[in-house]
Amino acid sequence: MTERNALGRVVTLAVFAGALAFPFLASGYRLYQGAQVLIDVIALLGLNLLTGFNGQISLGHGAFFAIGAYGAAILVVKLGLPYWLAIPIASAVCFGAGFLFGFPALRFGGLYLALATFALAVATPQLLSYNGFNAFTGGSQGLTLTRPGAPFGLLLSGDQWLYLFCLLWTAALYWAATNLVRGRVGRALIAIRDQPIAAESMGVNAALYKTTCFGVSALYAGVAGGLSAIVVGFVSPESFGLPLSLSFLVGIVVGGLASLGGALFGALFIEFVPNLAAQLSVNFGESAMALPGAIYGVLLILVMAVMPTGVAGAMRAALGFVRRNFAA
Amino acid sequence: MLTRRSFLQSSAAAAFAASAGSARAANAPGVTDTEIKIGQTMPYSGPASAYGVIGRTETAYFKMINEQGGINGRKINLISLDDGYSPPRTVEQVRRLVEEEQVAFLFNTLGTPPNLAIRPYCNEHKIPQLFVATGAATFSDPKRFFWTMGYQPNYQTEAKIFAKRILKTKPDAKIAALYQNDDFGKDYLIGLKDGLGADHAGMVIKETSYEVSEPTVDSQVVTLQGSGADVFLIAATPKFAAQAVRKAFDIGWKPVRYMTDVSQSVATVMKPAGLEKSKGVITAVYGKDPTDARWKDDTGFKEYSAFVEKYMSSKDLIDINAAYGFGAGTTMVQVLKQCGNDLSRENVMRQAANLKNLELPMLLPGIKINTSPDDYRPISQEGLATFDGESWKQFGELYQA
Repeated sequence: MTERNALGRVVTLAVFAGALAFPFLASGYRLYQGAQVLIDVIALLGLNLLTGFNGQISLGHGAFFAIGAYGAAILVVKLGLPYWLAIPIASAVCFGAGFLFGFPALRFGGLYLALATFALAVATPQLLSYNGFNAFTGGSQGLTLTRPGAPFGLLLSGDQWLYLFCLLWTAALYWAATNLVRGRVGRALIAIRDQPIAAESMGVNAALYKTTCFGVSALYAGVAGGLSAIVVGFVSPESFGLPLSLSFLVGIVVGGLASLGGALFGALFIEFVPNLAAQLSVNFGESAMALPGAIYGVLLILVMAVMPTGVAGAMRAALGFVRRNFAA
Repeated sequence: MLTRRSFLQSSAAAAFAASAGSARAANAPGVTDTEIKIGQTMPYSGPASAYGVIGRTETAYFKMINEQGGINGRKINLISLDDGYSPPRTVEQVRRLVEEEQVAFLFNTLGTPPNLAIRPYCNEHKIPQLFVATGAATFSDPKRFFWTMGYQPNYQTEAKIFAKRILKTKPDAKIAALYQNDDFGKDYLIGLKDGLGADHAGMVIKETSYEVSEPTVDSQVVTLQGSGADVFLIAATPKFAAQAVRKAFDIGWKPVRYMTDVSQSVATVMKPAGLEKSKGVITAVYGKDPTDARWKDDTGFKEYSAFVEKYMSSKDLIDINAAYGFGAGTTMVQVLKQCGNDLSRENVMRQAANLKNLELPMLLPGIKINTSPDDYRPISQEGLATFDGESWKQFGELYQA
């Protein structure tokens, strides 16, 4: 057990070291993609806490992502706050929104919760373009943010800095999530997922844990959204449609449910596979411009067929196989 | 004697000679002796995928130009990437086009939000963002965004044209306006008032808005009728436009009706409103309708249909978006021809802002594309058409906004 823990720690550190070296090796465009991956990682960590560990399905995390993004954008553009301050404030708002949404969610189980959150995802773009909020949201024209440069006179390009800024958040939130999951709280969350009645009879306050878990999960989505607003430099209702929420769900399933490390693989999948699908579809000629969706679907099915427990599960299985057969 | 002027002239001449020899502004990235690489994003997937045909048409059009020998010996290589109409993806794809693919500039990138998202990047890095495919007026603002240029008549332009016609034919008109409460509707109202001018601002006696979420606009129409107006401007999207036309007829209100070109589809507006009830509605047009039989023997239309038959499929022929892409492609080719061998980004921008009386095969006869460093609205003329119960019939002169 300790050997496995040590191995896990080495792998985690190696991944972070690689991520830290990346901005000094890659072009601006790759750094933008890298930042997108990190943003997705944060959102997937949050969703995995909720769905993977606590068993509450959310099809509406794009909504919390949107609240975070718009929150940060409004604080920066309309109220003139610095971007680094806007993100924690916006994500605190998301925590509140998630926590409150957690109450009605208590009454829904399984598919019913999925539908309720689905409605949230569908409603978000419409609410964002609602005219009553135009003074804040900019309506269907959205809000444009100025991309910040590196602070403290650091000799970094804007892209390098934003990537590192995202990495800092990712590392901190990853660390927080691992600690949360490892301790008493994590055991309670998993117990509620697997045996809710047993958990309650053991004295776990299921209602409190579930709503708080919803809040924390929304907070993660909110940080991701806030970072996205800063990195993209633009928010509009079109950025936060249903496909965004669905891609998060795809991400945690591909990465591996109830696996925090899997978030990285999930994020890589949702960032790069649509592009890959588009590139593959070009091979089918010009009339196949609409094919990426189909190819994406096929790739998704292939991945799930080969790795039903996600990338993280597959790696665990592979590691176990190696250990059983080759370990002394 | 060496006057100051002649000194300036001769030194300018010397400078010119020097620059002609070696130091002319460098060609943009993506330009070689045999190729001009340009880029765009298109919603091939996602909610706006119906517009993807524009990108397909343009790709096919440049293929035809290349087979005919290209432009000044260079072939056009258009890299058209899918952004799914999602602004973060647009930014990603545009950065890929500029930084990895090294395109010379962007052409006809589609959609208001995607173009808004990339506009700061393009202007900061001085990359021409040419002929953006959207009707929002904000993309024709050379003072603030030198590197971004619109293409089709924007909503304000169209409303101004209606205002001009109203002033001309009915100077004592009392105008009632129904508008969608968003940027589209508000742009329209701004254009109408601009076109009327401060002296005639009082002509608009009633304006009423609706929200997209409302089931009908019946009560708004009744209110507008109550104002006693005799001109009815409908700045509404198709469903509401149809309701407005029908309701006005049903309550016996007979004003002169002006309809935004957003809602001129016979199938989705005129038929639901009732073909009889829609008779006499006026709209603005700038392109030849590929379904209209009167263009059957028109040279421009023949050119277009020959292209579609050979390079696309015949089902694309009646798609208004294919005709649009064909026109945008033609405009782009003209700019590149004007650039000659100086394909620097500065010169591409200079020539795009220097189109003079350009006529296109699928524009209405008489409509000419004109741009200048102060005017980034390539198509700013439109004609009027009236609905005769079956189709739109163009009438009268062209209007310039």
